[in-house]
Amino acid sequence: MLNRLKLAIAALALSASAALAAKDTITLGMVLEPPNLDPTAGAAAAIDEVVYANIFEGLTRFAPDGSILPALAESWEISDDGKVYTFTLHGGVKFHDGTEMDATDVKFSLDRARAPDSTNAQKALFAGIESVEALDPRTVRVTLKNPDGLFPFKMAWGDAVIVAPESIDKDATHPIGTGPFRFVKWVKGDRVEIEKNPDYWGTPVKLSHATFKFISDPNAAFAAMMAGDVDAFPNFPAPETLEQFKADPRFRVIVGSTEGETILSTNNKAGPLADIRVREAIAHAINRQEIIDGAMFGYGTPIGTHFAPHNPAYVDLRALSKYDPELSKKLLKEAGQEGLRLRLMLPPPTYARRGGEIVASQLRAVGIETEITNLEWAQWLEQVFKGKDYDLTIVSHTEPMDIGIYARPDYYFQYDNPAFRDLMDQLNLATDPTKRAAILGAAQAMIARDYVNGYLFQLAKTGVANAKIRGLWENAPTQANDLTGVYWEE
Amino acid sequence: MIRYLARRLLSLALSLIAASIVIFAVIEIIPGDPAAYMLGLNASPEAVAALRDQLGLNGTAFSRYLDWAGGLLQGDFGQSYTYRVPVAELIGERIQVSLPLAAYALVLTVLIAFPVGLIAAARRGRPADWGIMAATQLGIAIPNFWFAMLLVLLFAVKLHWFSAGGFPGWEGGLAAGLKALTLPAIALALPQASILARVMRSSLIDTLHQDYIRTARAKGLTRRQALLRHALRNGLIPVLTIMGLQFSFLLAGAIIIENVFFLPGLGRLIFQAITQRDLIVVEGVVMLLVFAVIVVNFMVDIAYGAADPRLRRRR
Repeated sequence: MLNRLKLAIAALALSASAALAAKDTITLGMVLEPPNLDPTAGAAAAIDEVVYANIFEGLTRFAPDGSILPALAESWEISDDGKVYTFTLHGGVKFHDGTEMDATDVKFSLDRARAPDSTNAQKALFAGIESVEALDPRTVRVTLKNPDGLFPFKMAWGDAVIVAPESIDKDATHPIGTGPFRFVKWVKGDRVEIEKNPDYWGTPVKLSHATFKFISDPNAAFAAMMAGDVDAFPNFPAPETLEQFKADPRFRVIVGSTEGETILSTNNKAGPLADIRVREAIAHAINRQEIIDGAMFGYGTPIGTHFAPHNPAYVDLRALSKYDPELSKKLLKEAGQEGLRLRLMLPPPTYARRGGEIVASQLRAVGIETEITNLEWAQWLEQVFKGKDYDLTIVSHTEPMDIGIYARPDYYFQYDNPAFRDLMDQLNLATDPTKRAAILGAAQAMIARDYVNGYLFQLAKTGVANAKIRGLWENAPTQANDLTGVYWEE
Repeated sequence: MIRYLARRLLSLALSLIAASIVIFAVIEIIPGDPAAYMLGLNASPEAVAALRDQLGLNGTAFSRYLDWAGGLLQGDFGQSYTYRVPVAELIGERIQVSLPLAAYALVLTVLIAFPVGLIAAARRGRPADWGIMAATQLGIAIPNFWFAMLLVLLFAVKLHWFSAGGFPGWEGGLAAGLKALTLPAIALALPQASILARVMRSSLIDTLHQDYIRTARAKGLTRRQALLRHALRNGLIPVLTIMGLQFSFLLAGAIIIENVFFLPGLGRLIFQAITQRDLIVVEGVVMLLVFAVIVVNFMVDIAYGAADPRLRRRR
C-alpha cells in the first residue's frame, strides 16, 4: 500500500515537472460567464473579455494604452471633407471555418450592425454611416453622413468586429472569427477553451491553448489562485486579499486603470434635484478619498468630471466639487432644502453597495437623509435606467469615451442642455486632435459646472497573476483579456 | 395496486400543472427585462425592442404561458434568451454535475449516518452516545459553506490534494470527475448526515421500547440481534422520509456549495439565470426540480412498502 502511494506521488511529481518544462497554456479566471460569445449581439463585458482580439477582430483595434491600431484594415485614407473612409484590408485573411475574409464580409458586418432590426448593443457607433461599399475584395469605402474624426476609434470596439454571413447564426455559441485563437469548446457554467489558430494571418501567438474559467464567488477566486487552479485573474473580485498576494513571491498584483467613471448619478428632473444649488451641495458633501479607501481598499483615482484621467484630453476639475460640508449646508439653506430626503438606489457591485453606505453617511453629515434600496441589475435597468424612477444611484460607466451620453436628454440623468449638445456636434465634426481636445475640455467643464452628477472615482483594474506570466494588459482601454502578447517567462 | 398507482399519477399530473402556473405567474411579477439586461447601458431603445421581438417577449402573458406549457408537454423547454441554446441542452449539461453530486452526497450521508445512528442507539446514555450527540449537534450547527471553505483551505490551498473547485467533465474520466465532486459532497453530506444520524437514533430508540422487541429478547436474542434484526427495519420508516427530503434538498439546494466550488450545476444555472432574467431557463429548471421532488416522494412511498409490508396492505 505504502509503495503504491509512493508510486502515485512520484507519478504526480513527474507530471507536474513535465507541465513546468514547456508551459504554453494559461487558465484565466473571470467573475462572470458570458451569456453568449457574439460581441455584436450583447453588452455583457464578459463576451469581449473572452473573444476580443483573441477570436474576433475589427477593422481597427485598441492597443493596451488605448490608442488605435490597424487590425484587419492594413491602412485607411480619409477624404478631404472627412466623410469618406477608404479601408485597405489585409490579404489572405481567413475565418476559422476556412472561408476568406474580404470586403463583402466587412460590408455585411457594418450593414448588419446598423440595420433597423439590429440588436447591436452599441448601435450608436454605426449611426453615422451613410453607406458601405465593397470596391474590390481588399477595399471598402465607408461614406459617413457627417465628418467623424472618431470613426477609426468606433471601429475598434468589440461590437464592431468583422463577422461572416455564413457563420453569424452560430457565433453566439460557436464563434467563428479571424483572430489568432480559435474557439474549442464551452462547458457552460464552467469554462471556455480556445487554441492557437495555425492559419493566422498576422504575428502568431505564443500560447497554444487558453482556458477562461468562471468563478463568481470571491472566496472561491482566492482559493483558486492560491491553489494554482487559475494562472491569472485579471479582474480579481476580492480586493481585500491583494496585500496577501503582494507579499507572496509566487504572484504579481497588477493595478491599472479602466474606462469606468464611477459616478453618483443624479436624476436632474427629480424635484429638488432640478435645482443646481442642491446638486452642487451634494457634490461638496462628498469626500472621494474616503469612498475609495472605504469601498475600494484604496484602489481608484478621484475624478472631477465624467472623463478618464489617463486620457490626454482629461482636465482636472476636482476643485469645482471639492469636499466642503459647510458650503454644502449653506447651499442647501439658500435653496430652502434643509431636511432633504432622497432615494439612493444601489445596483449589486461592491463599489455601489459599499460606496453607497459611505455616500449616505457623508450626505447625512450635511443634513440630507437618504433611503437606500438595493436592487438587482435587471431591476435597476427597469426602474432606474429605463423608468427614471430614482433620485440618486451609483454606477460605473465603463464604455470608453462616453461623455456623449450627456447629450441625450432622455438618458437616465435627464440632463437637458442644448449648449452641451452643440459641443458634441462640434466634436463629431472635428478631426484635428488639438481642436478635439479643446472641445472635450469645454464639455468636461460644462458638466462639472452644471453638477449633473456626483463624480466619484475612476474604477481601477486590480488583477492577480502568476509572477511568471508576461504580456497581460495592465490597463483596460476596453474590457478585454487580449492574450495575443501573453507568454510564460522561462 | 393499479388503482392506487393511477390515483398517484393523476395527483402527480395535477401537481405539475399547478406548479407550472405558479412558477409562470411568479416569474411574470419579477421586474426586469431580459432584453434590456443583455444590451446594457448604451443600447438604443430600438435595439432593445428588436431583441424583445426576436426573443418572443411581446405576446400576452397568457399566450406565452400556453406556448411554454405546450412545449413542455412535448419535452421542449424552449430556447434560453441569453445563451441562445435550447434550455433542455443546458439542463442536460448541468444535471450531469448536480445529480451525481446529490447522489454522492447522499451515499456519504448514509454511510456516515447509519453506523453512527446505530451505535448511538445501541449505546444509549453512555459516553459514546453523548459524544455522537454532541458531534452531530455541531455538524448541524456549522454552516456548510463555511465548512466547505475550510475544506478548500486545507485540502486545496495547503495540501494541494484537490483542486479548489471546478469540474473537468466526465469525458476526463470517472476518477477525475468523482475527485472534483469529493470535497463538495463532503461539505454537503456533513450536516445531512448529522440530521439523519439523530433521526435514526431516536427512531431506533422508539422501536426498542415496542413489545415485539421485548418478545424477541425474551425469546433469547441478544440486544444487538434484536436491534439489527427487528428494530432496524421498523425504525427505517422515518429515516426514509428524511432521506427523500434530503435528496430533493441536495439536488435543488446546492446553490451555495456550487458557488463555493464553482461547479457548473443546476444551482448555479438557476442563480445566473435569475440575475440575467433568463426567465425561460428559470421556469424550466424550477419545473424540473418540482418534478424531481414529486418523483422522489413517489419513490419514498414505494420504499415504505418495501420496508413495512403492513403499509402495502393498507392501500
